[in-house]
Amino acid sequence: MQRYQQMFARLSEQKRGAFVPFVTVGDPGPELSFEIIKTLIDGGADALELGIPFSDPIADGPTIQNANLRAMKAGVTPGISFEIIRKIREYNADIPIGLLLYSNLVMARGLDTFYSQAAAAGVDSVLIADVPLHESKMFRQAAMAHNIAPIYIVPPNVDDDDLRAIASYGRGYTYLLSRAGVTGAETKAAMPTAELIARIKAYNPAPPLLGFGISTPAQVTDAIASGAAGAICGSAIVKILEQNLEQPDKLLSELKTFIEQMKAAS
Amino acid sequence: MSELKLNPYFGQYGGMFVPQLLVPALKQLEQAFVDALQDPAFDAEFQQLLTEYAGRPTPLTLCRNLSPNPLVKIYMKREDLLHGGAHKTNQVLGQALLTKRMGKKEVIAETGAGQHGVATALACALLGLKCRIYMGAKDIERQQPNVFRMKLMGATVIPVTAGSGTLKDAVNEAMRDWSASYDTSHYMLGTAAGPHPFPTIVREFQKMIGEESKQQILKAEGKLPDAVIACVGGGSNAIGIFADFIKEDGVRLIGVEPGGKGINTHQHGAALSTGSYGILHGAFTAIMQTSDGQIEESYSVSAGLDYPAVGPQHTHLQQTGRAEYVAINDDEALAAFQHLAMAEGIIPALESSHALAHALKMAAEATEPMVLLVNLSGRGDKDLSHVHSILTEQAAEQATEQATADDATTSKKGAH
Repeated sequence: MQRYQQMFARLSEQKRGAFVPFVTVGDPGPELSFEIIKTLIDGGADALELGIPFSDPIADGPTIQNANLRAMKAGVTPGISFEIIRKIREYNADIPIGLLLYSNLVMARGLDTFYSQAAAAGVDSVLIADVPLHESKMFRQAAMAHNIAPIYIVPPNVDDDDLRAIASYGRGYTYLLSRAGVTGAETKAAMPTAELIARIKAYNPAPPLLGFGISTPAQVTDAIASGAAGAICGSAIVKILEQNLEQPDKLLSELKTFIEQMKAAS
Repeated sequence: MSELKLNPYFGQYGGMFVPQLLVPALKQLEQAFVDALQDPAFDAEFQQLLTEYAGRPTPLTLCRNLSPNPLVKIYMKREDLLHGGAHKTNQVLGQALLTKRMGKKEVIAETGAGQHGVATALACALLGLKCRIYMGAKDIERQQPNVFRMKLMGATVIPVTAGSGTLKDAVNEAMRDWSASYDTSHYMLGTAAGPHPFPTIVREFQKMIGEESKQQILKAEGKLPDAVIACVGGGSNAIGIFADFIKEDGVRLIGVEPGGKGINTHQHGAALSTGSYGILHGAFTAIMQTSDGQIEESYSVSAGLDYPAVGPQHTHLQQTGRAEYVAINDDEALAAFQHLAMAEGIIPALESSHALAHALKMAAEATEPMVLLVNLSGRGDKDLSHVHSILTEQAAEQATEQATADDATTSKKGAH
């Protein structure tokens, strides 16, 4: 998880924010997915946020639901996901890699096994979409035991007690939700006020990255201008995949252009 | 981290495994529920609705002809006679009152068989709430009359095509909706499952089933029943009739899961019978899953039991040995459905037919006098066309088999 500290230190020297793309590992198939993730890195991603395909992604809108379905249909299991991530880690030793997944995939392997496999694959952080602060203790302990950063979500309706706890338990970065609802570019991010981010930062949590509904370079710039340490973009990227499933070359070139534009805005 | 008011766990099962975003909405609901329980005015309004609108108390009926064994008496708690046609009406009235208490004007619900959807629609019509109901596309197809009922009462029915297009996917979609609309909407979950505080709220708003039946059977028999039997999908009618008997050690509690085409096939919905535990829809409980933790699609002839998990209190009752859980397959349930109609002139819901089928099995095997209490959780009107087409198909298959057998006999004769 030290990779996040190194990344934020580097960006802070450059006076830039982080651009963090999200894709579902294995979407649309294991081989192309590896090329897609490589393209994210080559396009300038500062860190990666990777989903592990799950049958019932309740925090995701239609775009990422379909990414989960495509990957599962292509036979991508958590084991295969870890293999793909291991290859990505071999490709780039420094980029922070975060997992974003659902609790039952962790439970099914057993917490210790899951986090040890994640660590072995080169993962730096794990965010479990359906584990709130109240239920996070055992997951956090298992993560820390394997030097993996537990990531916490700060929703727009957060109260001060929760902020204090999140600041003390979270490592790596803090996932700042731009708005209520599920993932998706259909509902645009609501830019949090500088006051809200200042209120959050007062508790000194791991650097906040803004996510949900981020799909344009201007939003990335706005997020950083309002005090976030960077922005996470998922559905807009997955849409590029979805629209070019039959043309892998076009997919990769469009993807690279988009990532470069988004990174340039950070 | 602000504390919860109630324990979200039953032993090690239950919890509140939802996105952080939904935690304030669940805490608000818990607070409203705790306050309501302390408020005599809330209880008075709830009781009045149950009595004057829904038709409580429901009768307890001793079957005249159903029991195959003179040693065994089978009593049925007649939730089929409740307004709306099933026990579901009880708890939606409670939750609708909570919705108003929280100042919310809209309701989101999921439905499988459509019974919870119908119940939600009627409560919302009665209490002036706007409601939208998520229903699997496959369920919409097999439960048309209920879809029409919901629409007649002003509900919007939203088809869910994602995944298997059944109850599980409808719950996913309702939770997604709620995570964007919790400020104005209440999620009226329909069973004693899901994240805390739903399993507790639904049990508290269904436990009159057991309280009434206990008094009724004491009056009729002068003693408690030997066993209480109820079907279990998510488990609301079962926890409703069990709750008041949990402390009565001499009374066996038996939950009947949907065995579908057999629990050794993949086509069933018997989460507790398979003994696998994980997190689905906010609770750590018995679920149907692959070794990697992907949720499996459940199957049952009865849409209302077609769910790959079960409420966490049932998992706890099973683990502690206080309740037993068995499975009844489609054919056994269909036979019980027809048997009750023929024997007593009552057409039960396919869900409740699972409980009846197990009671019939117990009765057939009994060698000593026994009193069984079965929760007849709903009536079978909604299942008529589904059962009709199954029985017609079976009759056609039998006719074809008979014809094939006749042909074989004829050609054999011809060869001689």
